[in-house]
Amino acid sequence: MAQDSTTILTMTGISKAFPGVQALSDVDFALRQGEIHALMGENGAGKSTLIKVLTGVERPDTGVIMLDGREIQAKSPLQAQAQGISTVYQEINLCPNLSVAENILLGREPRRLGGIDWHALNKRAAEILRRLEVEIDVSQSVGMYPVAIQQMVAISRALDVSAKALILDEPTSSLSAHETDKLFAVMEKLKSEGLGIIFVTHFLDQVYRVTDRITVLRNGKLVGTYPTAELSRVELVAHMIGRELSDLEAVGRYKTRVVEHDHAARVVEARDFGRIGGMKPFDLDLYAGEVVGMAGLLGSGRTETANLLFGVDQPDSGNLTVEGKKVTHHAPLQSIHMGMGYCPEDRKADGIVGDLTVRENIILALQASQGWFQYINPAKQYAIADKYIELLDISTPTADQLIKNLSGGNQQKVILARWLATEPEILILDEPTRGIDVGVKAEIQKLVLTLAQEGKTCVFISSELDEVLRTSHRVLVLRDQEIVAELGMDDLNEQTIMQIIAGDTHDEPL
Amino acid sequence: MTSLSRGWERIRNAGLFWPLAALALVMLFNLIFTPNFFRLEIKNGHLFGSLIDILNRGAPLMLMAIGMTLVIATAGVDLSVGAVAAICAATATVLVGNVTGATNMPLWEVIPITLGVALLCGLWNGLLVSRARIEPMVATLVLMVAGRGIAQLITGGQIITVYYERFFYFGAGYLLGLPFTLFIVAGVMLFAWLMTRRTAIGLFIESVGTNASASFYSGINEKNVKLLAYVFCAFCAGIAGIIISSNVKSADANNVGLYMELDAILSVVIGGTLMSGGRFSLAGSVVGALLIQSVTTTIYAFGVPPEVVLVVKAVVVLFVVLLYSQPVKVALDKLSRRRGVRA
Amino acid sequence: MKRTPHIDRKYLPLMVTIALFIGLYLYGMVQYRGFSSPQVFYNLLIDNAFLIITSIGMTFVILAGGIDLSVGAMIAFTTVLSAYMLENLGLSPILVIPGVLLFGVLFGATMGAIIHFFKVQPFIVTLAGMFFARGMCFVISTDAITISDPFYRAVALYRIPVFGTGFISINVVIVLIVLLAALYLAHLTRFGRTVYAIGGNEQSALLMGLPVARTKILVYMLNGFCSALAGVVFSIYMLSGYGLYTNGLELEAIASVVIGGTMLTGGVGYVIGTVFGVLIQGLIQTIIMFQGTLNSWWTKIVVGLLTLVFIGLQSAFNSPRFIRRAEARAIRAEADPALEAAK
Repeated sequence: MAQDSTTILTMTGISKAFPGVQALSDVDFALRQGEIHALMGENGAGKSTLIKVLTGVERPDTGVIMLDGREIQAKSPLQAQAQGISTVYQEINLCPNLSVAENILLGREPRRLGGIDWHALNKRAAEILRRLEVEIDVSQSVGMYPVAIQQMVAISRALDVSAKALILDEPTSSLSAHETDKLFAVMEKLKSEGLGIIFVTHFLDQVYRVTDRITVLRNGKLVGTYPTAELSRVELVAHMIGRELSDLEAVGRYKTRVVEHDHAARVVEARDFGRIGGMKPFDLDLYAGEVVGMAGLLGSGRTETANLLFGVDQPDSGNLTVEGKKVTHHAPLQSIHMGMGYCPEDRKADGIVGDLTVRENIILALQASQGWFQYINPAKQYAIADKYIELLDISTPTADQLIKNLSGGNQQKVILARWLATEPEILILDEPTRGIDVGVKAEIQKLVLTLAQEGKTCVFISSELDEVLRTSHRVLVLRDQEIVAELGMDDLNEQTIMQIIAGDTHDEPL
Repeated sequence: MTSLSRGWERIRNAGLFWPLAALALVMLFNLIFTPNFFRLEIKNGHLFGSLIDILNRGAPLMLMAIGMTLVIATAGVDLSVGAVAAICAATATVLVGNVTGATNMPLWEVIPITLGVALLCGLWNGLLVSRARIEPMVATLVLMVAGRGIAQLITGGQIITVYYERFFYFGAGYLLGLPFTLFIVAGVMLFAWLMTRRTAIGLFIESVGTNASASFYSGINEKNVKLLAYVFCAFCAGIAGIIISSNVKSADANNVGLYMELDAILSVVIGGTLMSGGRFSLAGSVVGALLIQSVTTTIYAFGVPPEVVLVVKAVVVLFVVLLYSQPVKVALDKLSRRRGVRA
Repeated sequence: MKRTPHIDRKYLPLMVTIALFIGLYLYGMVQYRGFSSPQVFYNLLIDNAFLIITSIGMTFVILAGGIDLSVGAMIAFTTVLSAYMLENLGLSPILVIPGVLLFGVLFGATMGAIIHFFKVQPFIVTLAGMFFARGMCFVISTDAITISDPFYRAVALYRIPVFGTGFISINVVIVLIVLLAALYLAHLTRFGRTVYAIGGNEQSALLMGLPVARTKILVYMLNGFCSALAGVVFSIYMLSGYGLYTNGLELEAIASVVIGGTMLTGGVGYVIGTVFGVLIQGLIQTIIMFQGTLNSWWTKIVVGLLTLVFIGLQSAFNSPRFIRRAEARAIRAEADPALEAAK
């Protein structure tokens, strides 16, 4: 990696493994003084692990971090902060119940006569905020202010600790366009004062608006660091998604047939269906026997669409018809009764029930759909569990193993089994192959195609484009909470999709 | 991992191991130090002895522990069981009335009405927790505070004494030579076991207690599962209240079930159900309750002031809690793993 | 970017509390003769001195997101220990008072350390503390011990006139000193602000570099001190020590804190609110006393309902954004350990 006099922070050869996952392998990263440096990558690319290593939340297995020519080894975020690396997290780590002034200065508050000098405290906090052109009543609780202000307060606190490098982790994800503008103005100002800023985001527009350089990670490896002006959007998306423009292949040969969309086979019909803050109102039709892929970057509305369809989130507008019946009560149980199944994106938080056995996890949704009193007796439970353990080749010593003791891939198979056991007509899979080794990935993709062949409908959401292409008969491309394009079998190729994702069709890179 | 460490793991993970071991220890202590502890006599066709005494006196606690188990398994807690017992004791005694040898209302009406009151209490707690989304400890605290006032309201602030023989049967009667309370406990236990293990309710409770979000995604109605747990818990507390008032032939709104919520929680924790919810063991909780009662009885047998039992309880709570605590668990795991590596 | 909210919602519960107190007081004055005598107010302070002190300590614990169930037992234990040392051992009050206060501090510190280092729920640890303290009372003495120490008697009987309008006791002076100290601690020291920060978001407090571990333990130490001091005040008030004193007082203290406008989840609330919380409970009792026909159990019911109302108020006053953020945090916290457990 190019070293020059203005480089303030370098990370060299950083590797970090978690049980079962190599989160980072041999990653290099350098931050210059007075630059805004975007860190990009899809889920699981290793961005957050890299940030955690840098801020002392995680210790790297190998690698060296140098700040100002000195090697640093932060054991905690606190130490990292003391050494000059400050972070503003997406969830904004403030105490919402304390005043703005306290949040900025607590721990080094001015004192007078053996007590906190509130007058001086408020005055100093107001001065610090004024530097960021924020004028608010600093004696009010932080929780009462909008997120944008909270962000500024968090940045103020970070800056006051003599920061050399500032990490902004997804700072704009809950800001309005106007608030984002304000934030960017502040970032530019800090940059001109010589601060190095690492900007983690998934909004391409913003990357091109404020950043000087871009570092892309994929699957825990460094793809490269590029000057923003020299990297086109399509190239960036290609780097993130992992398909080089040069090895684009003709797609379509994976599928054996084209699905005829005759009217009778339409199983899902969404009209003007949407939720404020999730997905803008959309129309969607799903047909029997097809796999519909959903492509788009993180935050584009992929998961939000799935949550809406399955009734996890309540819609604000529009209506949904499943198998000819209008959905009146949006809740997972109702969706199951209507023949739907849903493997959520976050396997740990929303998928597995860790302390239950594989068998119990498999029959959970089936049992829920049958109600409290139609108990599936143990013999039948074992029969169902064993059937799917064999069918999906789940590697577990017995059906009575606790699911939390299984590997990620096998846990995912159990969740799939849970839904297959309900014999759904429509199966929504959100990132079903994330963090899973290649062999299992292929199995899951094959399974999806088999289900379609049997006449079921699958919605396949993935950030890996080749996977979406390999399995889908039709691909919906999402961007900024909208379905921006629908591509049939004939139009399916990676370049088109990437261009649409990048918003390149009407907006050339800088 | 070696067979040694895996064996150790299996023993530690076997739900009933620790509570039964502790109970055995108390029994062993009594075998050596308490004369006649294990002697059973038959007087008037009824079985008497310390063991029977433990079972009989422990009945209300066992009942509460059974109900509390389900609540704790949903990752909640019910602080109001003592107060609910007091309300039900008050209701039952007031309905029976203090007429010598007679009752104001036939028992077949008194009991359902009293249990109905218990169900209402449970419904109140359950709705606060599941619908109003108030933290369980806070939500049930309300009834814990107000409940004793309500009980006093029902008794008019008096200690109501009853003189109706047949009412005493619940707490002091004998059936087939055994205390009738045992049959009540067995009945409730059987009901709870059938409800949780022969319907899907047990699975749903464990699922909700382990991961409420994943349960919701799987179509489980998490709110109703919680509601049911609180209603059942209050139901058990209600029966306990009837037994207590029947046993002491009166109801003192201030003292019926006092501190029993804490004993019940303790029984559940000793029985191997974690306060964080999830897997539960009804049998474990009953053994936990018996352990507490045996310790109490043993201490009584030594003529120590009964309140000193509390000190012993404190030590037991602390021991159990530390044993199950995260840092200790991690340390134990590390220890067994290291042993595994060396072997 | 100038956006100023009109009223900080965190003051609203406190305002409601004070308005409620004034309203109740006015009601009493209009309704009952003799209620407007200043002595009625002074008696409120005299009779509730110990409760105010222990509730102030509890306020800090709850502000930091914890709970302490041991205070009632701790007060009883202090009375017994004081009485025993004064009467049976014949020690001087100069030794006894610092001695019991020191014990309170150590007792609190032990509980705080277990809570923090073993990551056990405060509820369970302080429950064990409560059992322990209650039991130890009876290890020392099963009967009430009357205090005949001349110093205690002199303090108990001393009346301080207040501008000819009535009198207060020395206990009230102690309360006022404790109150001032608590206000200073809560609002003017880093310790106090750290308590608020921990209650608001412990993770953030850690990232801000605040001494979370030390503060959490200090909070329980402070509460141990307050309950021991309340015990000293109570033994002066009763002039005796007895293990059955202040049964269930922890509930009254918690209720006072909640009625005083402090959120049970921590982070929001005021020491001064707690004082009004105690006074409101005392006032309800006084009104019921003046009323003459109502019975004392109404106090419990009203206090229970007030607790619920204030819990409801707090959730209503807190903006949805505040709550949604907290939920997201909880979900993330759940997800994180799961990540580590993955194999």
